Amino acid sequence: MNVLAVLPVLTGQLLGAGDIISQIISVVYILFFVVFIFYGQRIQMYAAIREVESSLHKLKYMREEARKTAIETIKEIGKPATDPTPRIDRYLEYFTIGPQNMDPAGIVWKLDHILDVRDARLKDEVKLMAPATDEAQVYNLENTLEAAMAINFIFKVVRHFYIQGKKTLSFYTILQLQMILPLVMKEAEAYASALKAFANGQPIGDGAGPLVAAKLMHGYEVRKVPKDCVVATVPFEGRSALVIKAEGPGGNVGKPGDAVKAVIEENEGKIAMVIMIDAGLKLEGEPVGEVAEGIGAAIGGPGVDQFKIEESIAEYHIPINAVIVKEDIGDAVSPMRKEIADSVDKVLERVKSVVLERTKEGDKVIIVGVGNTIGVGQ
Amino acid sequence: MTTNSSQTASRISTFVFLVVLAVYALAIVSIGLAISFYGDQSQGSYTWIYMLGLSIVSITLATYVLLQSRRHVTTMKTAVPPQVMTTIECRKCAIKNVREFQRGDYVYKELEKCQKCDDKQIITAIYKEVKEKEKKYPF
Repeated sequence: MNVLAVLPVLTGQLLGAGDIISQIISVVYILFFVVFIFYGQRIQMYAAIREVESSLHKLKYMREEARKTAIETIKEIGKPATDPTPRIDRYLEYFTIGPQNMDPAGIVWKLDHILDVRDARLKDEVKLMAPATDEAQVYNLENTLEAAMAINFIFKVVRHFYIQGKKTLSFYTILQLQMILPLVMKEAEAYASALKAFANGQPIGDGAGPLVAAKLMHGYEVRKVPKDCVVATVPFEGRSALVIKAEGPGGNVGKPGDAVKAVIEENEGKIAMVIMIDAGLKLEGEPVGEVAEGIGAAIGGPGVDQFKIEESIAEYHIPINAVIVKEDIGDAVSPMRKEIADSVDKVLERVKSVVLERTKEGDKVIIVGVGNTIGVGQ
Repeated sequence: MTTNSSQTASRISTFVFLVVLAVYALAIVSIGLAISFYGDQSQGSYTWIYMLGLSIVSITLATYVLLQSRRHVTTMKTAVPPQVMTTIECRKCAIKNVREFQRGDYVYKELEKCQKCDDKQIITAIYKEVKEKEKKYPF
């Protein structure tokens, strides 16, 4: 603004003086306005393109690092006889086609089936790539490859819109991309940090639920329930708690929907309450590891398990409560922060107060620790 | 996760650099003119002040753009991750040890026997400590 205010005075004075330099400055000054009137939007677009380009460079680097980490981890843990690189490259391009939703009745079961097929297929691929692995390592490697796959996908989508915007010189395509880019980069960075955690089998922030469940069930007899979950009967404040979590310590979320349904049916619906513990996305400004309490099925993912749990509890009119540990997307998929690990006792206190206030002595309650149980045993 | 950025990402844009150079050159010319106008008061008494002001503003803006570009390059480099620690406890003696995470560690894994008693030690926590950035917001 200062420059703009000074220029007319300056040029006027100089023109008055009849100097050649003052005339040049005057022409430049007019040109400056003409250029900005007619090409302002285009200049803004080029600035946005440059910003997208720099993010794309970073995404490309992340993708290369992710691929390299996946290959090195598979070679190190899996001891494959042949080079797994071509198979990994093929794996990174896998896609899943969701069910048709023109007639949505029964879509949950179709989606459930497709997800089961995908899961089995990806695990088989990992076993072929890394034959010298146990079950927990197969889960960890699958998680590692899925994180690499996510980064690869993000890079390709951003690149697609960047090239499309550049080709068509569409201001709005580039502008939309530039606007969502900070969130996209945050997600990509979260996956990049998740990759190392998965490769090393470290607990991640999403494992807050399984960690609480593991603390409750540790030392008690544990049995398997469908699918990929475990349950233990634990005495809890004069009640009997049926504690459910995904089977660890491999990177596994299990299918808590099936597990809850199975346990409710085993007990013929005589369950006083279901309490779900999960990691919940925090809003900006909220502290990491804060514990909050509410109502409903606290479970993320594509919705299949939430649907199954809601079906089961509605059939037997079982009340459902939720306790969440707040964290952002980066914390949820990167190695568990101390604040989250320390929140376990706070969560247990909340669960205890809910159980004491809302159930009677001798009742049976289901406590479900939802999330990825990587690095958390039982 | 990583300590370096890609080579292409760590360069300051040539275009930005050339524009900044051009602005610096023009500012120097402007300072020269200001000096000459100061000597020749027939050009108007305040012309040299305007010229000088213009060149100072130009230099400030060009330096700001250059520093912003450098800061942008710095943020391109991803940070070194904090170390992941494993807490090992002997429940009987209430002894707690913290060491660096090793591949194969998991929470509630049983380890070798405690040195003081015969009870097995277990891993009770695996976590990373992140230093919180200073809050910039008043709420």
